[in-house]
Amino acid sequence: MTTTKGSVTGVNGNMVTVRVDGTVSMNEVAFIVLGDKRLKAEVIRVRGDLVQTQVFEMTKGIKVGTPAEFSGEMLAVELGPGLLGKIFDGLQNPLPEVAEKTGFFLEPGVYLDALPKDTTWSWTPVAKIGDQVERADTLGTVPEGAFVHQVMVPFGLLGSYTVKSIKPSGMYTIREEVAVLEDADGASYPLTMMFEWPVKRAIDCYAERLRPVEPMVTKNRIIDTFFPVAKGGTYCIPGPFGAGKTVLQQVTSRNADVDIVIIAACGERAGEVVETLKEFPELIDPRTGKSLMERTIIVCNTSSMPVAAREASVYTAVTMAEYYRQMGLDVLLLADSTSRWAQAMREMSGRLEEIPGEEAFPAYLESVIAGFYERAGIVRLKDGNKGSVTIGGTVSPAGGNFEEPVTQATLKVVGAFHGLSRERSDARKYPAIHPLDSWSKYQGIMDPAWVGWAHWYLERGSEVGQMMKVVGEEGTSLDDYVIYLKSEFLDATYLQQNSFDPVDASVSPERQEFVFGRAVRVLGTSFDFKDKEAARGWFNRLRQMSLDINGIEWGCDAFTEADEGFLSFMAERATGLDQKAALILESLE
Amino acid sequence: MKKVYSRIESITGNVITVKASDITYGELAEVNTRFGVSLAEVIRLDNEMVSLQVFAGGRGISNGDEVMFLGHPMLVSFSDALKGRIFTGSGEPRDKGPALHDNLIPIGGPSVNPVKRIIPREMIRTGIPMIDVFNTLVKSQKLPIFSVSGEPYNQLLARIAMQAEVDLIVLGGMGLKYDDYLFFKDALEEGGALQKTVMFVHTAADPVVECLMVPDISLAVAEKFALKGLNVLVLLTDMTNFADALKEIAITQEQVPSNRGYPGDLYSQLASRYEKAVDFSDSGSITTLAVTTMPGDDVTHPVPDNTGYITEGQFYLKGGRIEPFGSLSRLKQQVNGKTRADHRSIMDGMIKLFAAYRDTLEKKSMGFQMSTWDKKLLKYGELFEREMMDLSVNIPLEKALDKGWEILANCFEPQETGLQSKLIEQFWPQKA
Ligand SMILES: Nc1ncnc2c1ncn2[C@@H]1O[C@H](COP(=O)(O)OP(=O)(O)O)[C@@H](O)[C@H]1O
Ligand SMILES: [Mg+2]
Repeated sequence: MTTTKGSVTGVNGNMVTVRVDGTVSMNEVAFIVLGDKRLKAEVIRVRGDLVQTQVFEMTKGIKVGTPAEFSGEMLAVELGPGLLGKIFDGLQNPLPEVAEKTGFFLEPGVYLDALPKDTTWSWTPVAKIGDQVERADTLGTVPEGAFVHQVMVPFGLLGSYTVKSIKPSGMYTIREEVAVLEDADGASYPLTMMFEWPVKRAIDCYAERLRPVEPMVTKNRIIDTFFPVAKGGTYCIPGPFGAGKTVLQQVTSRNADVDIVIIAACGERAGEVVETLKEFPELIDPRTGKSLMERTIIVCNTSSMPVAAREASVYTAVTMAEYYRQMGLDVLLLADSTSRWAQAMREMSGRLEEIPGEEAFPAYLESVIAGFYERAGIVRLKDGNKGSVTIGGTVSPAGGNFEEPVTQATLKVVGAFHGLSRERSDARKYPAIHPLDSWSKYQGIMDPAWVGWAHWYLERGSEVGQMMKVVGEEGTSLDDYVIYLKSEFLDATYLQQNSFDPVDASVSPERQEFVFGRAVRVLGTSFDFKDKEAARGWFNRLRQMSLDINGIEWGCDAFTEADEGFLSFMAERATGLDQKAALILESLE
Repeated sequence: MKKVYSRIESITGNVITVKASDITYGELAEVNTRFGVSLAEVIRLDNEMVSLQVFAGGRGISNGDEVMFLGHPMLVSFSDALKGRIFTGSGEPRDKGPALHDNLIPIGGPSVNPVKRIIPREMIRTGIPMIDVFNTLVKSQKLPIFSVSGEPYNQLLARIAMQAEVDLIVLGGMGLKYDDYLFFKDALEEGGALQKTVMFVHTAADPVVECLMVPDISLAVAEKFALKGLNVLVLLTDMTNFADALKEIAITQEQVPSNRGYPGDLYSQLASRYEKAVDFSDSGSITTLAVTTMPGDDVTHPVPDNTGYITEGQFYLKGGRIEPFGSLSRLKQQVNGKTRADHRSIMDGMIKLFAAYRDTLEKKSMGFQMSTWDKKLLKYGELFEREMMDLSVNIPLEKALDKGWEILANCFEPQETGLQSKLIEQFWPQKA
């Protein structure tokens, strides 16, 4: 491979122009050589022998004439056993190891191996000598935490190969050769347990993409029941600051019913990552009995870290997600916030003096956002197993106004929209997902017809509430008022959920069905009230009982007792049951 | 060897270009104009063309003026001699003291490795119930005061600074009115805090580029003191002026604005300053309180909007009081569980009732009937505003919680408050 060299001719913020003496390719990694420091950069434009790069570090100290070197490689990540439980920056630098080396601060030009090179792994060969293999075929396995990590033929090896040799079972590091392949021309390829893959190219070693139909349970009632997300699907959470985007993603990262969670803390507060960092090792994942950290990877390029690495960070995260999908696992990628990633693109586009689109975002914003979310998906692998990458991204719209380019471009491509509203978060109605504005195209854990039936009460209740602001309670009929109270009941006891209550924070699908049944019973029952005052008082008590139940452990005696109390309290005032509600209850039981 | 050039190629706004070689990005130069010498910083390199931002501004610069490159980036002297001193945005003395030259440190350094951060854990007491009870301030927090101009935000800032038990105060003034500058000086002096204060002050009369240096220079000094084990409180007022300086410079450089004239990197620019707030696990800390004035009382204006996305909450100052709605301390839950058993419940309970009071006020203004409950709420709201919200109230947290129970007992029956019976038993005041 030729190694092209060059020298700097211009610096503008983190964009550095280099005159080169040979060939370079788009998105190739370059290094600006500053004394004993090598600052990593990525080629983002090539014009004749002038190449523009975005530098992933502060550019102070660079001069015209500073030497640059080109690696010939695209920006890539290391893939292999040992990624789980790690905390990386946007370029896959392991931050704890960086801290050991440089202390409190992130010194520029320090790049460490993403994967521990000295850890030994217990290898079991799968392929046999003489086997014909292709990229992504399994050569062997090693246990990684609760998972069987499949060591695969590197995804970049196109064509078909013969296994020439393979190591027997034993303990090996990822540096050691575990297999040798040979192609049709007799060239041999020694392989270790790790390889690299360029982050901006989707991993596509699967048999076919499937439609996302199976719900990805978050244990959040309003999501699983009303605005579900499917495994392999995509969703977004736009909302003004303080509306609860980050808290919602944090609880999802704990409770989501998936194998692996990758958190991309993209351009937001460092302090928020710290909570995850410190708490996850202490929390137990009920699926595996091991710590939550062992199923989690954190990619952390927070707001004061270099902005070009922020742009790369979401790709670093999604590439690792696709890698574990290849092993037949369900992976959830949570990105907070995709707006900061879009802004990183905007900064660079501005320096490149590209013709700006709306709000100075580049004209290709939409296609880049679409391309990113397209990397989600549920796939059938060549061995017949299924794996999925689900992507959920927060969006931080300027002024909390959803009519802005990033929100709009995202809404075009995602399968579910969880819009957070300032009004709801101000009223401390958490999670502040707006039940009338939000939508989902996926099938959740419940029959959409039932959900639609319950949703009608929210719509009608909101209309009555609006009217009441104008005409007062005095001007509202008792029937309308009761519908209003019913919608408030559904909102307070079902849509709202206390993330900080140990029981209410995560609700299993079975429990959701059960409680939904209770809510349907309340909505569908006609009651006998003397006047509005009486109705309000009665619903207040019903709500309190229901909230108490939400805090009681599922299935214990106290739960059954409280539920019986709830039902008999209801029976005192019930005069009849709506037919549709009766049908739903029948199917639920 | 210092390089001197005697020809300026172009002058646009505050930016000049010079043909020069072997110049470093970020390096400083001195421009010798007929009004005196000004510092300038290299902000762009394009072959032999070097663009510099002149701290004193472009006005009056002639293309025959001399430019001398200093071979180093912006530095500030760091030592205990800073304490009690007042400087300009470029680090020159503003008081009558000597210029400081030893132990120079760079400004705008790298950010803290996230894994070295710790979960915030210590409350900062202010004596202001709207903060201590309802939106507790926490050591290492970054928090702005949002308000329209004309509100007493600088008074509030000074008061928190005096009351907070910190080792050092660094005041960064940006576009400060001269009166306000004197106000801070007097207030700190009266409070006996001047000797533990360092001030970097850019006044409204000073060149705009100097305004840009204030946060970095203040935070660089704060960071060094924090690494020496001091708990430092950084006051930045007014960050909207800082953002406006960024805007001005971006526009003269013909950058494409993203939103109401502000540059597309406003978020990153603000974040790199605010994220300097930190608690160094085995050393000191930086807590940052800033002022963000909101043009037209509009939170969706790009400056408060971007700020809100970065900081750990905000105090919303309106009508001379800290509004409970719109104010938020994102870190309060880290500390308010450890203060007193009734703290969280009083916080939630009183705010819910206050929200109900506001609804009742609205109903009242629409001419709807007032029920007995409504009347109780009206009484409660008035008491709450007078005894809790008024900024003249200055009591420790525990007294404020007691006061909360007193107000509740004055207006409601215990079960009407929605508070847990266990707490009511323990704290409900006995009628005398
Ligand atoms: N589900 C929730 N339950 C209780 N409080 C919440 C919840 N979500 C958010 N909050 C409150 O709102 C604050 C801001 O939430 P956060 O998720 O950081 O907002 P965003 O990311 O949208 O700016 C939190 O610090 C917390 O006090
Ligand atoms: Mg957030």
